[in-house]
Parts: sequence; C-alpha cells; structure tokens
Amino acid sequence: MNDAGSVFTLSPESVAEFDKIVERYPTKASALMPVLWLIQDNAGFISDDAVVWISEKLEVTQARIREVISFYFMYRDIPQAKYKLQVCHNISCHIMKSRSIMTHIEKQLGVKPGVQTGDGMFVLEGVECLGACGMGPVMQVGSHLYEELTIEKVDAIIEGFRSEQPVTPDTDRKLEGY
Amino acid sequence: MINNQYKILSRRFDRNDAHNISVYEADGGYVGLKKVLSEMSREQVIAEVKESGLRGRGGAGFPAGVKWGFVPEGIEDIYFMVNADESEPGTFKDRFLLDYDPHMVIEGSIISSWAVRAKLCIIYIRGEFGWLVDRVQAAVDQAYAAGYLGENIQGSGYALNMIVHKGAGAYICGEETGLINSVEGRKGQPRLKPPFPAVCGFLDKPTIVNNVETVAAVPDIVIDGASEYRKHGTEKSAGTKLFSVSGPVKNPGIHEIPLGLPFNEFFHEWLGGMAEGEELKAVIMGGSSVPVLTAEEAMETNLDYESLAEAGTMLGSGGMIIIPERCDMVELIQVLMHFYWDESCGQCTPCREGTGWLHRIVKKLRKGEGTLEDLDLIEKVCEGMAGLTICPLSDAAVMPISSFLEKYRPEFEALIQNEKESISSSRWAREIRS
Repeated sequence: MNDAGSVFTLSPESVAEFDKIVERYPTKASALMPVLWLIQDNAGFISDDAVVWISEKLEVTQARIREVISFYFMYRDIPQAKYKLQVCHNISCHIMKSRSIMTHIEKQLGVKPGVQTGDGMFVLEGVECLGACGMGPVMQVGSHLYEELTIEKVDAIIEGFRSEQPVTPDTDRKLEGY
Repeated sequence: MINNQYKILSRRFDRNDAHNISVYEADGGYVGLKKVLSEMSREQVIAEVKESGLRGRGGAGFPAGVKWGFVPEGIEDIYFMVNADESEPGTFKDRFLLDYDPHMVIEGSIISSWAVRAKLCIIYIRGEFGWLVDRVQAAVDQAYAAGYLGENIQGSGYALNMIVHKGAGAYICGEETGLINSVEGRKGQPRLKPPFPAVCGFLDKPTIVNNVETVAAVPDIVIDGASEYRKHGTEKSAGTKLFSVSGPVKNPGIHEIPLGLPFNEFFHEWLGGMAEGEELKAVIMGGSSVPVLTAEEAMETNLDYESLAEAGTMLGSGGMIIIPERCDMVELIQVLMHFYWDESCGQCTPCREGTGWLHRIVKKLRKGEGTLEDLDLIEKVCEGMAGLTICPLSDAAVMPISSFLEKYRPEFEALIQNEKESISSSRWAREIRS
C-alpha cells in the first residue's frame, strides 16, 4: 500500500468532472460512488493507487473505499475483459431459458463463466435480475442491454464485437427530436 | 389495445419523443408544478395526496401522503429521494417511466420535494440502468434550463437541486435506509428503524424516499384532484398500477391496470393467455419476494392490495411472474435462493446464514442427496429468519421458499431417493430428533 502520496493521475477533463461531482454532493464522502464510477469508466477498474488518491481527495479512509468497492457488484478492482457479457440468470429469464443462452456463449467463447478469453476480449458472467424481465432472456454489455436473446442473436452480437461493428443494443433506442 | 382508458401513468409509453421537455410541456407537462407553486399550500398538497389514497408503489404500499406528513417542522435540511433502484426480480416498470417519460418523474419529484420542504432531491438509479442515467440527466438539465429546478423556481422563492445518482449493483439498496447509506458513500446496509428516515435519514436529516411510480402519479393528482384519481381502483387500493409481466404469455411487458381488476380477466383479455404450447402452473404476483399462488388460486383473486393479502400473498411491486407447467418448482426456488443469498448484505446473522443455508439445502435436494427431514429443516430455518432482522430481505427469501414448499411439496419429495436409508444417516436428521 502506498502511504507516501499517490502516483495516480487523472486527465484534466476527468479532474474537471471530479470537481463538478464534489461540488454537487452535500458532503465529500457522499460523492464516493460517482467518483468510483468516474475512475472505473476511464480506467476500466479501480486500482490500488486510485483508492489512495480518492482517500486523500474525499477524506475517506482507504478501508471504507475498499469496503464499498467490494460490496457493490459492478465496481471492479482488477482489469476487466473488453466486453463483459452479463447474462441474467434470475427467475424470469430462467423461465425464458437463459440457461441455454449461457451454455451456448460458454461454448462459443471456449471459457467458463468468470474466466476471460485469452485475448482479453470477452468474459461471460451470470448476473442477477437486470430489470428487463418481460423481454427475457437478457444480457448486459457495458451500459446497455440486449433483449429477447436467441442463439442466432447472441452469435450476431459476439461476431459484431469481434469485427468491431457492434450490434446496436435494444436499449439504445433512437430518440426523436433530441 | 383495448385498455387505453387506463393508460394514465403509461400514456406516453408509445411515443418516442416525450423525453424532450418541449414535447412534455405541450402535452400538459409542468402544469402541476406551476399550479402548486402559485395556488396551493404545502398542507393542501399533502392533504390532496393523502385523500387520493396513493400508496407507495415500490412494494410496501404505505400511503405516500401519510409518509410526507411525518417530516418534523422547523428543520432546514430536508432531503427527498426517488427510489429507482428497481431490482426486485420480475419488476421493470420504473425503467419504462424513466425511459419514456422522464419529465413526469422529474415533475412529480419536484412537487413532492416542495411539499416536504426538501432542498435537495436525489434520483437513485440502479447501476444496471446505465443508459438511463444519461437520459435522465439530460432531462434534468433541461428542467434546470427551463427554470423548474435551481434557485427561485418559477419565481416562487423555492430552491431545489437535483442529483441523478447511479447505483452499482446491490439489490439491498432498494430498501430505503440501504439506499440512504449508499448515497452517503457507504455499503448499502439497511439501518435499524426507528428512527424512521422521515425524521432521521440522509446525513441524519429528515429524508423521504418514494418509488418512481409513486412520484410519477403526483402531477395528475395535484392537477385533477384526489377524486379524479380515485375514479379508478377500489376504496382502499386507489388508482391505477403498472404491472410488469414476465414469462411465456402472449403479451408480456408493462400493463397499467385499475386496481381491483380480476386476475382471470387480466390474464385472458390483457395478457392474451399463455404463449403457444405453454400451460399455466403458478403465478408470482408482486415480485419474487411474495408467496407464490397456484394457477387455481390466482384465477380466483383480484389485483389489489386487500384481495391479494386475502389470497395469502402481496401486491408488492407488481412484478408478475408467470410460471408455465414445464417449469420445475425446485429448480426455480434454487434460482431464487441463490439470488437472496447473493444479495444478503450480511449484517444480520439470520439472513446472512439463513439464505446461504436454504440455498445449500435446495442444491442438495436437486443433487438427489436430500432427505425428507431436509424439508422440515427448510421450515425450521425459515422460522429462524422471518421477522428477526433489520430489513425485510430475510422475509423476502422466506416467503417464496415456504410457499413453494407448501404448495408444491410433491415436487420436493420426488427428488428424495432412498428415503429410509438417508433419514437414518443424516446428521441434520439426528440433530433434529435429539
């Protein structure tokens, strides 16, 4: 653990965003979650150095920051695969046969759930309810959802990521007049 | 659709442009806010909401106006929070409200904040709704620019700021004190009540937490009045309710119904019955945490708080999960027990240990290694969990498993092989006998 000052740095844009967040929240500590998001969105995960940096800036102990990171499923403290395919395995999706979608992806990627592919491109994770139960089975990738999954649809999605032409997620609805 | 007359909260769900403030305003938006600021007193607004019978739509069903009335007088720092941590399995209505009609939620939030004299309103959106966070933030920015947020709103002297806060994947943050701890930058572990958040909540100040669907109903109530709201629903279950329907029916998705609608009618006429080749086995009416009903029980009940309580279950969040005949009930309960075990925050022993224990027993049963006395053990573990913890997550795990076991016991028993031998050799069995 680095106690002699942090070597972590943020880009000037991110520093400006950090300042805006802290200004918006009533106490420094209450800005912890959005600050963790800011750092994770930039770096893909929250490093030890980042924890030291946040601890100094928000005047919150490192222990508490680590406690928060480990409590919430979506915060990660180690590097992540480029595309996390997070398939809902809760009851509604299970009824709509999400298990067979999981098994198929596992076969396609050639790795067990939770294990990254050798090229660091993909990881498959079974996750709890994603709040899209009427459109199951569903899968989250990044901040979007793919819904009403079929084997064919999943193949197209994986192929889209591989060829760097991602399939538009179902939640990426085209808005009018915006 | 045959049911357009009940599309109130969902009236803009088939549009693709209502996230835009000008579209919302042209459709009568922000009229409610202008009305309360210029014509009504806070007491009048609270009285109107009480009179409307609007009940918390997140799951607990507590009367919203009554909750607002608990905020003590003479305190300056008051907070209002909108619970959009929609995580109850089977529930996805708040997502639609925020996605298709964010300004209705924002207007309802501003009116509610004003009524309780809040100076800051926080909309807590679950982390898995990442795309919604940006969309709602954009709508909030528009509301600031239009003078509905910020200093001196519409010249009334009232000042309110609004933060869109993104969660990070924790079911327990949907519990209001867990949510408050989360916004304080802590683990989302619930707090012991009392004191209730309306007296001592965020940063130890009075805090009201309401569900998205609850605040979304507020603009219409202040514009049209409580009696108009009461035109739908029953005496005790007033108004309309969004039901999130999942499972193999012909028309899954969000359906807004007048409370009191018979399930039989809803199932056949609104949902179109089961999908091709499927048969109805059971229904979970209000999200995964409520007791299951058999198909026969479901057909005899109405969809309102009182009728569902009488049928031995709850309206909850309105997350209706349709279970088809082909599903193995023990497999489904394993899925749910994994969920509650995974999401238990860990601070109360009965819940932390009990959810894991239940999950292990069900797993063992499904491996064919269970005994008949494991079924008694499930009941015994449930007894040690229900009503004994800080928050209701423990009860939320108990309600599904005890009702599954009670109503589908033969399916559990069918998994038990070599009954006699295993009973005598089971360590748990010996412990129970002694």
